[in-house]
Amino acid sequence: MATGLVAESALAPPSLPRLGSPAPQFEAPTTHGVLRLEDFRGSWLILFSHPADFTPVCTTEFIAFAQLHPQLREINCELLGLSIDSVYSHIAWVRNIEDRLGQKITFPVIADLSKEVATLYGMIMPGESTTETSRCVFIIDDKQIVRAMIYYPLSTGRNVQEIYRLVQALQTSDKHGVATPANWTVGGKVIIPPPRTQEMAEERVKQEGVECKDWYFCTKTL
Amino acid sequence: MACINNDGTLTESARRLLGKLTVPTAPEELSKRIGQPVFRVRSSLREMEAAGLVQASEGKFLMTEAGKKLTAESSRVYE
Repeated sequence: MATGLVAESALAPPSLPRLGSPAPQFEAPTTHGVLRLEDFRGSWLILFSHPADFTPVCTTEFIAFAQLHPQLREINCELLGLSIDSVYSHIAWVRNIEDRLGQKITFPVIADLSKEVATLYGMIMPGESTTETSRCVFIIDDKQIVRAMIYYPLSTGRNVQEIYRLVQALQTSDKHGVATPANWTVGGKVIIPPPRTQEMAEERVKQEGVECKDWYFCTKTL
Repeated sequence: MACINNDGTLTESARRLLGKLTVPTAPEELSKRIGQPVFRVRSSLREMEAAGLVQASEGKFLMTEAGKKLTAESSRVYE
């Protein structure tokens, strides 16, 4: 499979995954052995990249993600990190984080020295660096569809609580057929998709259990 | 390889996983029984199948004779 993937990435120009499309498949060496994206089918996945091991902002992010990991597992979501570093560098770094900072890193980290996965996912931003990935996040659902993407610059650590909120929002939308408003958190009112016909619009404003500002803007409590 | 040490013995987690495959078992069920995430189980089973330690049939995995032998040899290392 690795040979096929090399051929595929060599032929295809660097590109960005698209929301709503299948996540590009890969096989890569990680700190937990060789993993394929396919191994995560059935779970949600946060695939995230960081610029480099043994750097301070990345270290704070790894600690934050590791602290969040148990809560993510409770909602059937796994973590998978990536940087263009060797697996030996990754191992040394996560051991350093545990020894010096008291946080065990429980998720696998891809050692993407060949830049195969970074290229497939458009993680390298030449305006920032040609040798390091930027801080990219891909939320991939249990059917391996890309559901959300976040891109942060090298200088700025990510907010993992927002990433957690984002996964919860997407799962809520899937489960209940609703959308979530700005700044939504679990327990907050959700948005009912607007009606698509005049008849539905007339029925909507009379519907019990929903609050409508207008026919197209209705919310409810789950 | 993540499951087999350089000296040919199984890692501790691999030994525990392989030891549960005395009957055909799906990765999802195995994950619950040994407390490892499903992605780790799938990756390990793929490696073990390539090494001839398990065989797959209709989505379930069963330890081979080679797997039984290596499990026994590796158990002596961990005793």
